[in-house]
Amino acid sequence: MRPKISIQNLYFTYSDETEALKNITIDIPENEVLVLFGPSRSGKSTLLRLLNRLSDLTENAKFQGAILFNDQDIFAPGVDVANLRRRVSMVFALPSPLPGSIQDNLTYGLKMAGIRDRALLEERVEDSLRQAALWDEVKDRLHHSAFALSGGQQQRLCIARSLALEPEVILLDNPTSGLDPISTSIVEDSLVELKQRYTIIMVPHSVQQMARVADRGAFLLDGELIEVDTPAALFTQPRDQRTEDYITGRFG
Amino acid sequence: MTAPRRQLGIKLPTFLPRGWQEFVIERIIWLAGISTILIVALIFFFLIREGLPTFLDIPLRELFGSRWYPTEGHYGLMPLIVGSLVVTVGAVLIAVPLGLLTAIYLGEIAPQWQREILKPLIEILAGIPSIVLGFLGWVTLAPIIQQLGSPTGLTAFTGSLLLAYMALPTVISISEDALYAVPKEYRDSALALGATQWQTTIRVVLPAARSGLVIAVMLGIGRAIGETMAVLLVTGNAANIPEFGVGMFFEPIRTMTATIAAEMGEVAQGTLHYNVLFGIGIVLFMMTFALNSLASRFVGSQTARRRKGQL
Repeated sequence: MRPKISIQNLYFTYSDETEALKNITIDIPENEVLVLFGPSRSGKSTLLRLLNRLSDLTENAKFQGAILFNDQDIFAPGVDVANLRRRVSMVFALPSPLPGSIQDNLTYGLKMAGIRDRALLEERVEDSLRQAALWDEVKDRLHHSAFALSGGQQQRLCIARSLALEPEVILLDNPTSGLDPISTSIVEDSLVELKQRYTIIMVPHSVQQMARVADRGAFLLDGELIEVDTPAALFTQPRDQRTEDYITGRFG
Repeated sequence: MTAPRRQLGIKLPTFLPRGWQEFVIERIIWLAGISTILIVALIFFFLIREGLPTFLDIPLRELFGSRWYPTEGHYGLMPLIVGSLVVTVGAVLIAVPLGLLTAIYLGEIAPQWQREILKPLIEILAGIPSIVLGFLGWVTLAPIIQQLGSPTGLTAFTGSLLLAYMALPTVISISEDALYAVPKEYRDSALALGATQWQTTIRVVLPAARSGLVIAVMLGIGRAIGETMAVLLVTGNAANIPEFGVGMFFEPIRTMTATIAAEMGEVAQGTLHYNVLFGIGIVLFMMTFALNSLASRFVGSQTARRRKGQL
């Protein structure tokens, strides 16, 4: 089966000459949950932001290699970046609702894609809230400010907001960083549901979270991809000494 | 049982002395705070004392009439009020769009190196004394406008242009601050939802910065309406009411501030004319006060609503 996303010999260097990513090559099949883990500043978020070209916002960065999405080079000239970002959607570490009502948050992306049909918008709102396991909690106050929600609800709102666009891939950059254990487990549970329909690439909050949600874990260290395997294999028989050291908590 | 505490080499006092130093410092800070209020109150009192006879001695109908001939006993303020409004509206029409667009360019679009050059330059623009700008307008701007068809080139529009350039730094730097204060997450989120740069700016960043932008505009207007020297030089000093329409911007007019500045030196203290000049000051004060309260009300209600959690 062809991979959903194929990363080939990817290098990324910031304007201050720090090499954030060095020769990353990995294929991600459809409906996989791939978890990128490693110590801070190992290049996880950088890699995530490259996948939907949010990296374009970084000035004077150098980039080499290729990222194929459905066999198409996303950095090829003439690629519609807005369209790419609708199909490869991103959820950030901190809940970041936009100013406006809950409903506004969910329809922003759709409206900017040019969808005006009210019935369709409302259908998407409900559908995406249900997928993010938030519908029952907010269905009676869709027109209230998104800031009135709790942190956990805000984060699920942000997930729902991405889902409303019916993306193919969801990127999650440490989506449970600010959440309490209960909210965390609700979010994790909804990820398992989402896997049926989407390809998910995620930076976890902890190695344990990686073990709970990942189909495969990818260990990054100083911008290098050390190894990729199932969580079980990573925990029981890592091929690289550094993976074992990190997982057993010897550093990081 | 806890372990015995290690003896420190220094001896700490058992309580902090809260003696006269504390008292003096508290008083100094109190004085600094209260003096602002006091000075505003004094200014207001003085303005009322000197200006009040205007509203008592002259019938309102005459006061808001259209003839300003103080030497003949006609004290109609309308030409001056209209003059100020025309110049200010003109300045706002130029400064607000230009200022907002510049701020958006600076904050959202310009690359770092351009920003580093542009920002200090704009701040220098703010530092040019108004009399210098007025002189420049008189020497260079007026002849150009004269060639465009105005008899002297000294028109409301000339004043508006100058005022716009005086208000611009205020409008730009405060709007830019407002845009800067919009959390990066909003931009990232909007972009990640497939918005273009432009859609992000229009639909997410500008609404989020709205209250700051309103303040920028209001302060810009405040700067324009209170300005004196430049408009005194270039607006032609004709206390007549221009006919309503686009043409009114190209008529010579006279503002309230210019009237006070030009006539205060020649008027005998204690005469009605003298009082009326302070009366003009009261009117001007009322206008800017109304403007400021409007601004803070707008901003205030917005924050209050957000706090209540309903937008």
